[in-house]
Amino acid sequence: MSGMSNNDDAPLLIADGVSKWYGRQLGCRDVSFSLYEGEVIAVVGESGSGKSTLLQLLCGQIEPSAGRVLYRMRDGATRDLAALSEAERRFLARTDWGFVHQDATLGLRMAVSAGANVGERLMAVGARHYGHIRAAALSWLDRVEIDRERVDDSPRTYSGGMRQRLQIARNLVTQPRLILMDEPTGGLDVSVQARLLDLLRGLVADLKLSAVIVTHDLAVARLLSHRIVVMKGGAVIESGLTDQVLDDPREPYTQLLVASILPP
Amino acid sequence: MTVALELAAVAKSFTMHLQGGVRLSIVADVTFSVRRGACVVLAGASGAGKSSVLKMIFGSYRCDRGQILVYRGGECIDVAAAPPRRIIALRHDTIGYVSQFLRAIPRVPALDVVAEPLIAGGTARDVARSRATKLLRRLNIAGPLWGLPPATFSGGEQQRVNIARGFLPEFPILLLDEPTASLDAANCEVVAELILERKRQGAAIVAIAHDPALRDRIADDVIDMARFAAAA
Repeated sequence: MSGMSNNDDAPLLIADGVSKWYGRQLGCRDVSFSLYEGEVIAVVGESGSGKSTLLQLLCGQIEPSAGRVLYRMRDGATRDLAALSEAERRFLARTDWGFVHQDATLGLRMAVSAGANVGERLMAVGARHYGHIRAAALSWLDRVEIDRERVDDSPRTYSGGMRQRLQIARNLVTQPRLILMDEPTGGLDVSVQARLLDLLRGLVADLKLSAVIVTHDLAVARLLSHRIVVMKGGAVIESGLTDQVLDDPREPYTQLLVASILPP
Repeated sequence: MTVALELAAVAKSFTMHLQGGVRLSIVADVTFSVRRGACVVLAGASGAGKSSVLKMIFGSYRCDRGQILVYRGGECIDVAAAPPRRIIALRHDTIGYVSQFLRAIPRVPALDVVAEPLIAGGTARDVARSRATKLLRRLNIAGPLWGLPPATFSGGEQQRVNIARGFLPEFPILLLDEPTASLDAANCEVVAELILERKRQGAAIVAIAHDPALRDRIADDVIDMARFAAAA
């Protein structure tokens, strides 16, 4: 697929008929969509609907059983992830992509300081000057509203909300073009969630991030995404503009999801 | 005069799968056009589908049939068939929508709620905020409220924040859903003036307005929704 398109208007990420089977167990089936730069897609659906499998497929953590995932590289060439070398894929994962896990301990290194967690991603792209790395780390702590005083503390001493914000800082410091998030607000207190959502909303708009956010929380999808993809039993059953899907849901399952939201 | 917006044979129904698949026909064969600088007011009883028509034009409801044509420069875009990206782009520079109720976003201050669409359209943050300030002042929102999230504001204050958000970007097409429903006389007057100003600037406006005094002042054309009642 090398050189398929050098057009800026080409999608950043394309899922093209992606399926994943675990033996006879279906992960997801025939998922297709395109993500453009500056666009946020929310993948919604209940546990077991294939959302997290899809996220892992999108960044090459697992290989599809059928179909392809295509990514437009910084040089403008759109490439099939399966055709990349392991080294190329790892480089993308360290620089061009961010992955925000629901469980921050999976996305952070708990044994090193908060500052080192942020600085490490920069070093992976070649930063060597200690003063610059530290300054970048401190500036990112400010951005995610973590007190600079805590820069040398281990994330073990952080609250859940702080760990999640640190994980976001660690991911964004290399100015990635694509962020994948797996239930980023799951398991947080409601007030902590609101703060994190507000922060994410600002970052997505300011940095023109492209993101795929897996969530079962439709309020999160409403707040953060431009488009929604609804999954059920491993397949996409409905997709469209976020307000269109939430205000005018068409499929029985989507109507059920929307009707199940408790008013505040 | 140039047509800015044209609806042709638009139909809308809802199928309620959770209620045994009941099908509700809302409107059928909705056909009208709006010229630049003109205001069309949709009239009709509650449930006649007025808000649904506005939502279809804005793209937050899908249409079953028909075309919703937006003329922009030399282009013509059919909202009913446009891909999501196209509709998002239209919302950034062409179509503004003042909904009946403000959807409050947690923790975002009123000033930023108002400035946000302008910033999303590419205006510098400080310019957007200073223009937002002027409009909030004109709509009699007290200065101490600007830095607070509108969730705790009164109904009338929230509505005025929503109006400021919708009017600030000066889009060529403006959709207004009962913009003065919870406002006092003085603030109704401000909104009426804003609408007339926008018309003079060439905006095409579709409004729902129950208040006869407001309707008489702003309407070039009143469309009775009964014309578009769907056959039961």
